[in-house]
Order: sequence, then C-alpha cells, then structure tokens
Amino acid sequence: MTRALARKPRIAVFKFASCDGCQLSLLDAEDELLEVADAVEISYFPEASRRMLKGPYDIGLVEGSVTTHHDAERIQQVRRQCRTLITIGACATAGGIQALRNWKDAAEFVRHVYARPDFIHTLKMSTPIAEHVPVDLELRGCPINKNQLVELVAAVVVGRKPNLPTHSVCIECKRQGVTCLLVARGTACMGPVTQAGCGALCPRFGRGCYGCFGPMEAANTASLSDIFRNLGRPDAAIARDFRTFNAWAWQFRQASEEAERR
Amino acid sequence: MSEPDAKRGTAVWVSRAGLNQLIANLKAQGYQVVGPRIADGAIVYDAIEGISDLPSGWTEQQEAGTYRLRRRDDDALFGYNLGPQSWKKFLHPPLLRFFAAERNNGELRILPSTEPAPRYALLGVRACELAAIQVLDRVFLKDAFVEPNYASRRRDLVVIAVQCTRAAPTCFCRSMGTGPAVRSGFDVALTELGEGFVAQAGTERGEQLLGSVERAPADEELIRQAQEAVEQAAAQMVRRIETQDLARRLQEALESPHWDDVARRCLACGNCTMVCPTCFCTTVEDTSNVRGNRAERWRKWDSCFTESFSYIHGGSVRTSVRSRYRQWLTHKLSWWVDQFDMFGCVGCGRCITWCPAGIDLTQEVSKLVASG
Repeated sequence: MTRALARKPRIAVFKFASCDGCQLSLLDAEDELLEVADAVEISYFPEASRRMLKGPYDIGLVEGSVTTHHDAERIQQVRRQCRTLITIGACATAGGIQALRNWKDAAEFVRHVYARPDFIHTLKMSTPIAEHVPVDLELRGCPINKNQLVELVAAVVVGRKPNLPTHSVCIECKRQGVTCLLVARGTACMGPVTQAGCGALCPRFGRGCYGCFGPMEAANTASLSDIFRNLGRPDAAIARDFRTFNAWAWQFRQASEEAERR
Repeated sequence: MSEPDAKRGTAVWVSRAGLNQLIANLKAQGYQVVGPRIADGAIVYDAIEGISDLPSGWTEQQEAGTYRLRRRDDDALFGYNLGPQSWKKFLHPPLLRFFAAERNNGELRILPSTEPAPRYALLGVRACELAAIQVLDRVFLKDAFVEPNYASRRRDLVVIAVQCTRAAPTCFCRSMGTGPAVRSGFDVALTELGEGFVAQAGTERGEQLLGSVERAPADEELIRQAQEAVEQAAAQMVRRIETQDLARRLQEALESPHWDDVARRCLACGNCTMVCPTCFCTTVEDTSNVRGNRAERWRKWDSCFTESFSYIHGGSVRTSVRSRYRQWLTHKLSWWVDQFDMFGCVGCGRCITWCPAGIDLTQEVSKLVASG
C-alpha cells in the first residue's frame, strides 16, 4: 500500500454484522464520489453495484463484526483475497454496539425476539475482525468519517501513508478553537480518551464526545472515570459511557467493568 | 518593531468612547482588531468590531480543571483574567498551509501561499501574555533561524495591553516574574477604572494611537488608583512556583517516583500544550487529492503528549505517559533555560484550568523538587 500501483487499485467492500452506515459513507462522499470512482476500480461492492468481479483485490474494506459461524469462516476467505485489508467502523474495529451481547446471554435474546429461535444460529460474542485475521489498517468511527475515507483513497492512489491521527479528540477541538466542554460546562465528554479523526464533530456543536472513534493511543480511561465521578456522575452512567459502539475495545471494556464493580 | 519603553508618554484618561474610537482608527488603518468576546461559555479571542463586542459585565471562575463564566456586579469590559485561548492562535496559527503543488500534463507547479499575513491589533493583552509573546519572539525570531510565518505576523503587530486588576486562583505570574503589572512590550497599556481607562503609550505608534482619540490628562489620584488596582491583583495571587535554582533542581528530580503519580492522572490528551501560550511545537502533514494531481503541505499544532510526536525510525521514543509529562514539564522549566535562557512558563495558569484532570503544575513542581 505504500507504493503506487501501475494500474488502478482494485477495491472490494465486504459487509459483516453492521448497519451499512460505513459503506454508505463511501457513497455519501458526494463531491469526491466521481473522482473516487475514477481513481480506483470498484471490483466488488454489492451495495453500490451489481457488477461483482472476482478477487484477488488490492484493497478490501471490511465493515461489520463477526457474529455467526458463517462470518467467522467468510472473513478467512476475504483475508485470502485481499492484499491489504482495512476495517472500517466501530463494528469491524471493536465489535460494534452488538458487542453488548458479550456481557449477556445471546441465546436468551434469541428466545425473546424471534418466533422461531431454532432458525437463528449465532455466536455468543460479537468480535472485531482483528480477532480473526490480521488487519492492515483501521478507520474508526460510528460511522467512519467521510474525509478520512477520502484521505485513505487519495493516499492509496499515490502510494503514500494516509494521515490518520491516533491522538485525542481534544487536540482537534483546540486546533479549531472549540472551548472544552468538560472544563467549561462540566459535560461528561469522552474526548480525552477518544481517538481523533471526526474533526471534533460533537464538541463543535456543544455536545460531549461519546467516544464513537474508540480508545485513542494510551487512553487513560481510569483517570477519565475519576473525573466523571468527581463531576457527580454515578458509576452506572460511567459504565454506560464506556459501553457504547466501542464497548468491547479493551480500554473501554476495562473501564466499564471497573465502574460496574463499584 | 521598536524597543518598547514603559516610561514613554504620560498617562492619560481615555473614556470608553475613546477606546471605541481607537478600535475604529485601527480598523481604518487596515488592522484586524482581535480581542476578548463571549463564545460557547468562555471568553475567547476573536475579531472585534467595537467595544460592544467586549465581555461587558462578565468574569470567570477558575480552578484546577474547571472554568465557569460569571456575571460581575458592574459592567467592566476587562473584568476577567484569562480564557482558554492565547494570542498564539494569531501569531502561530494552529493550521497553516505552507504551499500547494499541482501537476498538469506532466508539468509540476508550486503554488506558494498567496494570502498575505493579516495585520493584527491585539486588544486586551495581559502581562503574562506579553511575556509569552516575548518567549515566542525568542524562539522564532532570534538566532540563525527566523520563522517567516511568525515574523510576518509579528512585524507590524499592534499590542494594546490591559492591566490585571484581579487575579484568578490559577494565576502565578508573580512568581514567574512576568506580572501582574504590564511593564514592556506594548504599544498602549490600559488600566480599567470605572467608566474609562488610564492609558499609557509604550511606543511611538502607541503615542499616535492615543493622540488620535479623545483623552484627558490623568491626574495623580487616577494614576495612584490604577497602580493600586494592579497591586490588588498581585496581592490576590495564591499559587506560585519557587524559581530559585529550579532548572537544576528539576534535573535532579528526573527519577522521582512522583512522575508516576502524575502519570496515573494524566490523560495525555494534550490540552495543556494546546492552551499554553508558549508551546510552539508543530507537525507537518502532506496531503494529496484523489485524482493524484494536487498536493498540499500543512503545518499543524502538535503536542509532546502524542505518541507520534517522538516517533523516529523504529518507534516512539517516549512510549509512557510518565516520560511525556516529564518531557513537557522539564522542557518548560528546565531545558528551556538551557535552550533559550529563559523559562518557557509565564505563569498564566491555563494548563491548570484546562487540564480535565486538574493537574496543577505548581503543585507537581513543588512535589517533584521536594522528592528529587
């Protein structure tokens, strides 16, 4: 991926357990969409086109988590077909919101929800793609950020490293002159432990970051939990703060379990 | 930039209308006047059209990790201390495009940054902030390497300073020797008293600016009141750093167990470095478009608290948060002295207020020095 190909890179988009929102970000790249379609060869993208070319592919974009036996096998095939495998979105990178089942009895959910539970074959856990196959790169977020996706494509086309920060959201806030919601309003903002890349979307609109990009590098979730506690936030609420789209990412998982134990 | 002289010009009385006229005159001369105004629950620095934009009747309450806007019981225009932003954002912008390059039909064209640097007039610069600008001057303008982007913004800069007549609990400029009294580096210095200001020019340009607005002589009583107001700010200051022999004492504390104590609380979020008026580190990012025929080089504020900051071939040098906090603190208060012959800290206290974890530089320093 760090060297430009002589021909257009062949891209495939695969869906696992997910809401499709991240794939849609690609179609949502309105201004850049035609350029993207021109710069790469979309070889396999069932949501966008009936034309489905066989692998191998230069780049596989994988959305969604693994929640069934079938998917656990399919991801192995996908990996074999893709030179570079990139996971896109919180489901693929962390197990997604459906990883909340990991703390519960999935079979019981099935019994309550479905008229014929015997038709449903599901795994006990929702797990990120990286727990099954080696992953080359991650695009975080629920959903992913359009600009990051376009940046990724632009980098691939010329064979350079994409600019994908792994530091806190706080740095994005400060570069844009957004006043800290945590300090100036006492908002329980997840920004100090959350990876940047969204352009501080929520804080820019006066809402605390809810951590949809998952843990940043060296996320100190224990310290942020203490800060939230000092704001008077109950432990049950703190557990929920960490148990959303990236609940199964270990740094967040550790923090939610710690809050639950209290 | 002429050397400012605090004794230049006699003190005069300028009404609020006079200040408004001063702002209008600066704008007429082509300056972009930037100063304090209320936005999103804080006093920030942004474009100012006139005194009606100033945070009349507002102040703030600050402590480690917390900031709240509060109403004053008067309508003072400068009755606050410091907000989250510093003048660094104008002189050393957070995002700056160095250049763009385009390739068409095999021909490469470099497109330099076309926008001329804005001519800024800063309104409401406090003593610690003047000291911070002097620190940036030392970093960017002295020696063999002059930073041209900073230099172009600094060259024609107009500085209207305002004396602090109160101190926030997070202030410690007095111990750093930078305030609260404004002494040098300004064109005009104002002390707000009731419905107007005692004003003093620090430069020839400052004299011209004051000469162009309605003013009255300031009598001895007014000058005494202005001095007392600043002394009141000094007396209110509670935090301090013992600077005696500090650079050396910190170097003796490099293996102190207290660094681990800080690291337990530190989020490595980088907020302290972003709000610091002297933290100047940047990273350079190259981008290209999807068509692959246009590239841009951008400079962005960076922080020594990120992993990529110390990334060299093979990995990051400072992998632990402990080592990053130590780097930051010892640079500010020890290595900076070796490097620039001054402290990198001016005692504004922003890193204390805007640290979500409320890590207090003044307290950490005294604990580190005691344990070293």
